[in-house]
Amino acid sequence: MAHRFPALTSEQKKELSEIAQRIVANGKGILAADESVGTMGNRLQRIKVENTEENRRQFREILFTVDNSINQSIGGVILFHETLYQKDSQGKLFRNILKEKGIVVGIKLDQGGAPLAGTNKETTIQGLDGLSERCAQYKKDGADFGKWRAVLRIDNQCPSNLAIQENANTLARYASICQQNGLVPIVEPEVIPDGDHDLEHCQYVTEKVLAAVYKALNDHHVYLEGTLLKPNMVTAGHACTKKYTPEQVAMATVTALHRTVPAAVPGICFLSGGMSEEDATLNLNAINLCPLPKPWKLSFSYGRALQASALAAWGGKAANKKATQEAFMKRALANCQAAKGQYVHMGSSAATSTQSLFTASYTY
Amino acid sequence: MPHSYPALSAEQKKELSDIALRIVAPGKGILAADESVGSMAKRLSQIGVENTEENRRLYRQVLFSADDRVKKCIGGVIFFHETLYQKDDNGVPFVRTIQDKGIVVGIKVDKGVVPLAGTDGETTTQGLDGLSERCAQYKKDGANFAKWRCVLKISERTPSALAILENANVLARYASICQQNGIVPIVEPEILPDGDHDLKRCQYVTEKVLAAVYKALSDHHVYLEGTLLKPNMVTPGHACPIKYSPEEIAMATVTALRRTVPPAVPGVTFLSGGQSEEEASLNLNAINRCPLPRPWALTFSYGRALQASALNAWRGQQDNAGAATEEFIKRAEVNGLAAQGKYEGSGEDGGAAAQSLYIANHAY
Repeated sequence: MAHRFPALTSEQKKELSEIAQRIVANGKGILAADESVGTMGNRLQRIKVENTEENRRQFREILFTVDNSINQSIGGVILFHETLYQKDSQGKLFRNILKEKGIVVGIKLDQGGAPLAGTNKETTIQGLDGLSERCAQYKKDGADFGKWRAVLRIDNQCPSNLAIQENANTLARYASICQQNGLVPIVEPEVIPDGDHDLEHCQYVTEKVLAAVYKALNDHHVYLEGTLLKPNMVTAGHACTKKYTPEQVAMATVTALHRTVPAAVPGICFLSGGMSEEDATLNLNAINLCPLPKPWKLSFSYGRALQASALAAWGGKAANKKATQEAFMKRALANCQAAKGQYVHMGSSAATSTQSLFTASYTY
Repeated sequence: MPHSYPALSAEQKKELSDIALRIVAPGKGILAADESVGSMAKRLSQIGVENTEENRRLYRQVLFSADDRVKKCIGGVIFFHETLYQKDDNGVPFVRTIQDKGIVVGIKVDKGVVPLAGTDGETTTQGLDGLSERCAQYKKDGANFAKWRCVLKISERTPSALAILENANVLARYASICQQNGIVPIVEPEILPDGDHDLKRCQYVTEKVLAAVYKALSDHHVYLEGTLLKPNMVTPGHACPIKYSPEEIAMATVTALRRTVPPAVPGVTFLSGGQSEEEASLNLNAINRCPLPRPWALTFSYGRALQASALNAWRGQQDNAGAATEEFIKRAEVNGLAAQGKYEGSGEDGGAAAQSLYIANHAY
């Protein structure tokens, strides 16, 4: 083995580690508002709003100009490239609005999926080309963390060894490049819920995937204390006939994590996948109440599960701004409580809260 | 990926996990009394005693006749094959004496190191042939855990990728076979302290080695909750001119473990390598006072660092047996405190306790 060539100085490590801890401090989580143009199209179509840059800007403005107290539940917001450079109606940059609230700004860095030939429709993720230069620019423009989503699926012969190795490797390259540029990489190896497999099978696959991810991060000399993990919770496939309680989901999830995720990782922020807002909160709460050792923060990085009610309340109309903000704030607070294991389930919930947000083979 | 074929039933998992937790219960550690015939030769020659089977039996009797004071600080004893079938002067099998104290019996199962051709003097460890049958027999004969030692060394070009991979693989095969037979595997990837490298270099290498070990254990479907890890502490090479405090050693050690050892592993039982009795206790104590969060038990699996004073006091004379046993009990109690971060230090110096026990390129 060659003598080690330190990838980062102690100052760089300290900066990364502090950013990561700030994002997940005190039950805070992440608002994933980084939907690509195409994905926003899907969302807006559901509420019959046209997918224009202005409409996308308006919706994000409503979310980001919510009362400052949002900073008690939201530690970071992930933005799409376009949004990082958009302004509110007074001409103030969104990223500055967020920073002034004490919220860390993040940026989606991957450039979508590409097929892996010779597999059963599996993919890897593109975006490494020129990534260092892009990261440096984003850092100058106010971002302090990045996000990259790899996708694996459970099916016949899937995920294959190739898909696992290739996605783990690209995640590790991305993470290494981010850290070189002062950005905390959120590592997202999503095992999607499509399929009829049961909870145990998802747990088995998640363990294999995460073991490969952490081996790759180690091989690529990534500083774990300056990263965050964004995994799927362990759940049954969406078409599985067996139903599981939040406690079962929690036990399977925390078991998988504690067999694979080193304690040095400061926080694990779950993706919501196709879960309804309420399920995403209930599951996160159960996870935080799970009796197994949990040396990392267990929090959220939700897109749909934070925004569904807000989107429905908005309906594209400026007059609905207050209702939209209230809907968003409510979910943010609920998830912050869940991240501390203190969420108390409300008896009734609006139709949108429990409506399943599952879209087959979700890519965004 | 094929559906998982569970390696162990729920009952088998529970049995393994219970055994592991018993061994590393708070304040308890392991007496490594598994020196091979060849290693015992070195120990006995240092005190001028002939290396006969009877002398080895008499010496182990000194250790195993310790009174109930050891119950609170010794959770397991590792035996060598010969010793597993020996009896004390009253015809009571050693295994029974140990079990009657509520201490778990373990057995060394590796068959020593062999060279890896094409490397710079590196080795792998043999012992896999017929291992399952041997484990089944040992389980019948009273053993509930096993130990297998792999050896790596630090130099300009080592450990090589091959040495790391091969030793990790062989450890994983051994662990898998043990668990099939109801035996908790102690996984020991020792990085020798030979050399003049500094603390950082040892930490770097330890992280690489442990990452490879845990990837291999995952690949081989080993149930982590039913294993223990026996690593080296992170220390400078023995010929390194820089001196480090126990706190620096503790920090480097715990950092390395936090980055690589999943929280599912119930306990880390350090080897003492060439450390003196007192050094081994002070370092373990500092490790347990380290401010970083530590999700596993951090305790001892000491050979020389528990026995040096006892050996010296005994010198082969039966009249000295009582005094020798007292020396052992004393070190056991001290390490029991150190495993809880409660050891205040001996205050006194000299004698076998402070004498460095370093032997070059030790293979036992």
